[in-house]
Amino acid sequence: MSSEDGPSKKVSRKPRYSRFTQQELPACKPILTPALVIGILMCLGIIFIPIGLLALSASENVVEVVDRYDDVCIPSTDQKVGFIKDPATNKTCIRTFTIPKKMRKPVYVYYQLDNFYQNHRRYVKSRSDRQLWNPKAESSTTPCDPEGQTGDGKPIVPCGLIAWSLFNDTYMLSKNDAALQINKKDIAWRSDRTHKFGSNIYPKNFQNGTLIGGGKLDESIPLSQQEDLMVWMRTSALPTFRKLYGRIETDLEANEKITVTIQNNYNTYSFNGKKKLVISTATWIGGKNDFIGKMYMAVGGTSIVLGVIFSLLYVFKPRPLGDPSYLSWNKSPTLD
Amino acid sequence: MASPRRKGIRFSRLYSFSCVKSAFGDEHSQIGLKGYSRVVYFNDPDSPEQTLLRYPSNYVSTTKYTALNFIPKSLFEQFRRVANIYFLVVACVSYSPLAPYSAYSVLLPLLLVIGATIVKEAIEDWRRMKQIHLDLTNNFQDIEANNRKVKVYDRDHGFQIARWKRLRVGDLVKVHKDEQFPADLLLLSSTYEDGICYVETTNLDGETNLKVKHALDVTCTLHEDDSFKHFKAVIKCEDPNEDLYSFLGTLFYNGEQYPVSLQQLLLRDSKLRNTEHVYGVVVFTGHDTKVMKNTVEPPSKRSKIERKMDKIVYVLFSLLVFVSLIGSFFFGITTENDIDDDGEMTRWYLRPDQTTVFFDPNRAAVAAFLHFLTGLILYGYLIPISLYVSIEIVKVLQVIFINQDMDMYHEETDRPATAKTSNLNEELGLVDTIFTDKTGTLTCNSMEFVKCSIAGVAYGRGLTEVERALAKRRGDALDDSEVTSSASTQSDDGMAPGKSVKGFNFHDDRVMNGQWVNEPHADMIQKFFRVLALCHTAIPEVDEDANEILYEAESPDEAAFVIAARELGFEMYERSQSHISLRELDHESHQKIHRPYELLHVLEFSSSRRRMSVIVRNVENQLLLLSKGSDSVMLERLSQKSQDFVNATMDHVKRYAEAGLRTLVLAYRELSKEEFSSWEKEFLDAKATVGADRDALIEAAADKIERDLILLGATAVEDKLQIGVPECIEKLENAGIKIWVITGDKMETAINIGYACSLLREDMEQIVITLDYPEIIELEKKGDKEAVAKASRESVANQIRQGTLLLSSYEGRSIYPALIIDGKSLSFVLSQNLEGSFLHLAVNCASVICCRSTPKQKALVTRLVKKGTGRTTLAIGDGANDVGMLQEADIGVGISGVEGMQAAMSSDFAIAQFRFLERLLLVHGHWCYRRISMMVCYFFYKNIAFGFTLFWFEAYASFSGQPAYNDWYMSCYNVFFTSLPVIALGVFDQDVSPQLCLKNPELYKEGIRNILFSWPRILGWILNGIICSVVVFFFTTSSAAQQAFRRDGHVVDYEVLGVYMYSCVVWTVNCQMALSINYFTWMQHFVIWGSIAFWYAFLLIYGAFPPLFSTTAYQVFVEACGPSPFFWLGTMLVVVLCLLPYLLYRTVQTEFFPMPHDIIQKWQRETSDGRSGKVREKDTLLCK
Repeated sequence: MSSEDGPSKKVSRKPRYSRFTQQELPACKPILTPALVIGILMCLGIIFIPIGLLALSASENVVEVVDRYDDVCIPSTDQKVGFIKDPATNKTCIRTFTIPKKMRKPVYVYYQLDNFYQNHRRYVKSRSDRQLWNPKAESSTTPCDPEGQTGDGKPIVPCGLIAWSLFNDTYMLSKNDAALQINKKDIAWRSDRTHKFGSNIYPKNFQNGTLIGGGKLDESIPLSQQEDLMVWMRTSALPTFRKLYGRIETDLEANEKITVTIQNNYNTYSFNGKKKLVISTATWIGGKNDFIGKMYMAVGGTSIVLGVIFSLLYVFKPRPLGDPSYLSWNKSPTLD
Repeated sequence: MASPRRKGIRFSRLYSFSCVKSAFGDEHSQIGLKGYSRVVYFNDPDSPEQTLLRYPSNYVSTTKYTALNFIPKSLFEQFRRVANIYFLVVACVSYSPLAPYSAYSVLLPLLLVIGATIVKEAIEDWRRMKQIHLDLTNNFQDIEANNRKVKVYDRDHGFQIARWKRLRVGDLVKVHKDEQFPADLLLLSSTYEDGICYVETTNLDGETNLKVKHALDVTCTLHEDDSFKHFKAVIKCEDPNEDLYSFLGTLFYNGEQYPVSLQQLLLRDSKLRNTEHVYGVVVFTGHDTKVMKNTVEPPSKRSKIERKMDKIVYVLFSLLVFVSLIGSFFFGITTENDIDDDGEMTRWYLRPDQTTVFFDPNRAAVAAFLHFLTGLILYGYLIPISLYVSIEIVKVLQVIFINQDMDMYHEETDRPATAKTSNLNEELGLVDTIFTDKTGTLTCNSMEFVKCSIAGVAYGRGLTEVERALAKRRGDALDDSEVTSSASTQSDDGMAPGKSVKGFNFHDDRVMNGQWVNEPHADMIQKFFRVLALCHTAIPEVDEDANEILYEAESPDEAAFVIAARELGFEMYERSQSHISLRELDHESHQKIHRPYELLHVLEFSSSRRRMSVIVRNVENQLLLLSKGSDSVMLERLSQKSQDFVNATMDHVKRYAEAGLRTLVLAYRELSKEEFSSWEKEFLDAKATVGADRDALIEAAADKIERDLILLGATAVEDKLQIGVPECIEKLENAGIKIWVITGDKMETAINIGYACSLLREDMEQIVITLDYPEIIELEKKGDKEAVAKASRESVANQIRQGTLLLSSYEGRSIYPALIIDGKSLSFVLSQNLEGSFLHLAVNCASVICCRSTPKQKALVTRLVKKGTGRTTLAIGDGANDVGMLQEADIGVGISGVEGMQAAMSSDFAIAQFRFLERLLLVHGHWCYRRISMMVCYFFYKNIAFGFTLFWFEAYASFSGQPAYNDWYMSCYNVFFTSLPVIALGVFDQDVSPQLCLKNPELYKEGIRNILFSWPRILGWILNGIICSVVVFFFTTSSAAQQAFRRDGHVVDYEVLGVYMYSCVVWTVNCQMALSINYFTWMQHFVIWGSIAFWYAFLLIYGAFPPLFSTTAYQVFVEACGPSPFFWLGTMLVVVLCLLPYLLYRTVQTEFFPMPHDIIQKWQRETSDGRSGKVREKDTLLCK
């Protein structure tokens, strides 16, 4: 009954057919049939167990020596903090250990700290990336407080709590009284060296305050070559962490005795943190890491066991296939 | 009459009841007071007085927004949501040092989300403006309506064509036949001399009959265009309001005052019919018009799922607060310990001696409180920011699928299904009870004359649908002729092919083709058909092309009568104010002869009289009173001189009613001249009375003449069931949906329709609640209202009790009884505290039929069930009387059919035929429900899986509020890496094909029981999310503990661990999606694997930006993660570990505790295997 003025051609409102609008696109409709599930589980097992074995064997090949020294490199047990804070005391400490298995070069030297919250929000934010890269941005130290400026207002380079708390224990390794060269080159990420720490930025006013945090920096070396700083400033994710100290470019034979002369400078005693020295080799999977291999084995094994259980159930107690007559519902309508 | 007599007919004489001449009533004293202050200067819109009043223009806009208010208004809408406010506050706070993230990374997703919502709103609004109304009707189509043309009077140039929107109050317009009125007009005059005109109000109230409007006598002489040259008048009238049935005003013309009423008001959106043209003055324009005042936004309905979703959001908010509290508690403790009892710094590297308030050990409580705020922001990822917008986008797309469904398109009426709101898609999958109207919803509302009984002989051979259904149920074999006739009647539902005539389905050789003259009561038969041809108010319209006469009738029943008379040889071809001319077959000469009848009076039909009569004088100068009316009314008025076939006729009437037919009894009487003239005097006196008792007087007068009638016979008209209704109802019942028929029909008719559409079955017992008992009727006759009410209430209560008792004996049986209740009893149920017991009885019955119910009762019953059971209700109807019910129900479905658009306009979904409801519910409803509930569950899952990794990380960062990931990884999580798959799930996922949905209606019960969105399921997903986060965090951190992760000895640091964990999360949630959906088109593959690939692409691109911008992401993938086998092996391990529990759970569940869709999916798989040629043995399960 619409107003038809003249021979108005009415456009049909009939929907046009397309597979899309009619929701009939070709589709794969996977459903979890027992066969499919058993297949998936078996495949998982078949793939995961070899991977696990490979990872485990790679991890087995890694030789790792861990030596905790914070508790032994200190004279008296109740004056730890006083001792470590006193700049005058001699903090040299000598440790020896035996190489259990042959370690092929390169052998990595790490220090490991514990209970140290490099991921604390106040700590993480306390740095100025602009200052590290751009010589003109020397004074952009806003996020760095209270280690942004010296007492008389001069900017600290590098500023912030991270740099200020730089780790400063040193290790001298020797094998049979012959010093082992520790190569500290290229221990930082390449991107840090080339794009985050400028080659024309030099440390300034660093560690000049009343309160000395950690290590000092050589003011004649540009930041792009201060690799210890870079490693330190690449903050760790968890409160227990290792950081690369250097590399030994020679093989270490089994049963060789290694002597380490440690300058135990860094204060972890205030917060009960442990300090460990780690020397380790690395394979394609990285350092010693049984976890991932074992987990792969476990997942693969469980999958196969479950697959077998399902298969047995499937053979001995087959369930009737889908049949709409099984759609039995409790028919009594109730009101509650 | 002084004016020249033109083509004038004075129809006013025809209408004795409704054509009330206006008189000043009490209300007119209010003119000029509050609420009645409108002043219109006729024909003078430019006068300073008129312009000073500043009435709005005739421009209408039904869109929500305009170009100007769009941005602020839509922003306001957005921030009405609690979640969005939260995110806005977070964005603002992120500029303060409280924030764990950079401000931009918080703002970006918020802007994206709000932007997407606003764009969606704009598109929807634009579509609403352009298209939605086009789908239904062209009335409200704004642009078109505003630019339609109308002739407007200009004092200098006569009538000029102008656009509707240019009309102003006071303009004089000329409206031609079949045009719509551009505004609310005051009728001045028409082509008819007495100033009446016919108006079709289908668009306003859904009624198809024509209404008569009547100009004032003083103005109806203004017939010519130029008679308005000096016309000036003022009207004072009521202010704009939404009442369609009242209008009060006073016309000041030539120094006199005249009362004006609704009789003179032509409403916008109604249409001029059967009148060449009218003149009128614009009184209300634009949004002041009554119809625009009536277009209130339908009550905004929200789906149950969304309401529950809000609850889940609140649960997550509490979880957020809880988690933040834990965090701040531990943070407070560790911060306090940063300076020990001796005043020494413990974690000296944090410099607790020179710190800000956020980390101050001396004010640890303050720091903890501030940290609590930080935590609220940090763990904000538990609240899915993009949830609402994603759901809205999904729903809009789902609506497109509903609108585009070819299986819900009705060819005859050219109407596709239309979803008018996108809020309720998933609600369609939850429907528990359907309330359906009968006429026009279950039936076609096209009346067909099928049977009649004349002088005690029944004519008409065709079987009605009800009879057929009954016969089928009894198992009778139908003979071929009947089957074919049923087939042919099925096909002429819309367009009549070939010979069959619309409205006429009468087959009987005894009376057709003039054979009736050989019947024993030929004279009775002749009189019978004359009554059919004369006793009505239909107007003939000659269709020149087809050389046919069509009729414009007030109701389809009446049209069916006139058509029947025509087909049987009594063709009414002309009607004037005083004559009705028939071409009729003379039963002696067998010739067609013209016979004019002088029409003396029409005593109209009204619902209280339930009869109508005409008084005519034939060529033999006989005065005849011809009557038709409902059986009970007519029976009382039959002559006492007993006619031998009264009983036989009443028997037939009863049988017809049982067969689902609408019956009327026909009778006549010859009047003597004296009787007539004395009565006429009285009647005219009554008509001339002014005052409130006028109607009563007229009725009394009419009552006096309508007596001592001689029975002729009875007619039976069928309102046919729509195609596919019984099948559809059966399907819906199998789907566990209860169907209530709420109709205004008689109980017998309703019960029979119930049988015809397989709502009632032979083996069902019926519990009937009625007040049709002799005692109560007796009491009613005495007139003691209180006693009646008391007795009625007791009776109803008693019947309910008995019904409940009966029902309890059915415990455990498969067939439950049906409940039938009539309107009178229903009114006692609804008003006398019987709701509870009635509801208890009704919901436990297999089906419920409420007959003789009013529109208000329809709505009340709907509300009773909705509130009483808390289940989802759907109401379906087609007429204006169903609107209340449609708006009350959780979902209103309108049938865009014969009875106008009122129901379709106020519905949430409009379909053309009842049978489409099956597909709408079982396919679209089921899918949408499943999609939305899965989508919401998944949304919470993915955000919890992500959000909790942050929390676990906090536990290892002394709860300092440092996020585990780079800011930008996080802000992209909801928007880029996980959004599209979940939208694809919401739009495209199908558990089973539509064919199987329809074939297995049991599947729908998943929705009725709401098992896909039950709390255990939701909590299960939340738990799954927490498990995933635990696995991701603890397995990544323990696998990458301290040792090197590459051959070159580098260790995992904060940057690498972030990428590592994040990769695991992205892989896990996307693979989880792949595991949980059942339907992979190329799109699913594209978005799921694309999202994962995009994460790596993002890492590459973002990592290539200078370090000052990319900070911790700088080259992290290229340099550190990508080349490390450990990184990839670890990701794979963690992802598999995250998904394995879910996979096992699903396997065990589908295998040992399958849900309906699991069974049907398997069955689907099997049958398709079977089709592909595999021999399938049931119960063996070796698909190798």
